[in-house]
Amino acid sequence: MMNPIRRQRLFLVIFIVVAASLAVGLMTYALRDNINLFYPPSDIAAGEAPPGVRIRAGGMVVDGSVERASDSLFVRFLVTDGEAEVEVHYTGILPDLFATGEAAVVTGELNEQGVFMASEVLAKHDENYTPPEVADAMNAAHERAQQSVDES
Amino acid sequence: MWQWFHRLGSPRWFYQTSGKWLPWLGGITFLLLIIGLVWGLGFAPRDAKQGNSFRIIYIHVPASFLALAGYYVMAIAGAVGLIWKMKLADMVMKSAAPLGAALTFVALVTGAIWGKPTWGTYWVWDARITSMLVLLFLYMGVMALQHSYTSVDAANRASAVLSLVGMVNIPIIYKSVDWWYTLHQPATIKFTEAPTMHPDMFHPLLVMIVGFYCFYALVLILNTRSEILHRERRSSWVKNVVLQNQR
Repeated sequence: MMNPIRRQRLFLVIFIVVAASLAVGLMTYALRDNINLFYPPSDIAAGEAPPGVRIRAGGMVVDGSVERASDSLFVRFLVTDGEAEVEVHYTGILPDLFATGEAAVVTGELNEQGVFMASEVLAKHDENYTPPEVADAMNAAHERAQQSVDES
Repeated sequence: MWQWFHRLGSPRWFYQTSGKWLPWLGGITFLLLIIGLVWGLGFAPRDAKQGNSFRIIYIHVPASFLALAGYYVMAIAGAVGLIWKMKLADMVMKSAAPLGAALTFVALVTGAIWGKPTWGTYWVWDARITSMLVLLFLYMGVMALQHSYTSVDAANRASAVLSLVGMVNIPIIYKSVDWWYTLHQPATIKFTEAPTMHPDMFHPLLVMIVGFYCFYALVLILNTRSEILHRERRSSWVKNVVLQNQR
């Protein structure tokens, strides 16, 4: 049996932890939109992102949407979250891991046409790690499966 | 029933017993870290997308794991010190703070170095990275509180309360990548699912994580032992230990 003074102190410790968790939980819940690093394209399409202010957008770079200018560093691409797409314009050097089918986070402003004028493009990589040989084998298998679907 | 618990709380008993563990723990730590580093940096395959830059994971992930786990060690030691007034628990809490701060710092720095070649930036204020920076400040806050009271009891009480309040940050750090949109990717290693990493890359990481746990235990014990000698410096058994070492 615990002595009463210690039990009282134990309750105090539990109270501190619970009260702190509640306070921080309510705070993060109230600030949940501000904690997000970027807006997904569907929020931007729904008009939830303010135009003319510096914001971030993030999503997957759409396959085949990347167009580069031949005489400058200008590049144009679409990012999607599966529901909506946003067109991004950017002039500058893209990070090494920037690729179609991978996620990217862009910083900039929405103009009146709803085009995202980016001043910075960051690549967001996923949590999967694969050796090159395994990745090649997986891609080859994927292509074979794709072909047999196309043929049938 | 509580007798073993009180004996565990005796600094003298802990000092004498932990002295016997140190060579073993030190040897195991050294072996695991050497094997993990050589295996991970030299022999694990490179990543298909990130190339060799992903290898910093062998430092970044174990350091982050222990930065988080170490906070629980500090907070629980603080709670035990508050409730049972156990001297040893207060010393463990004090010793865990600079160790945890160092590991958090390593996690933040390796993360920044990793971020530049992969994301394209050293730093971004996303939920994971910001909450990790808050963790560093919490550790530093406990260290500062320990030095800002003349009374040891007052310092222990204040640091224990700060440790307990700050504990809420740990699940936030852990779940931040799932709750909010972040630049940081979700966890590779989960308790409930298989790791999303090839086994050839995962096994050296596992060795490094176990190695870091041993390293943490080793440094925490060493820190606590020097804290014991300092706080018990007026007792006769400490004088005997010092005299024996001089001989």
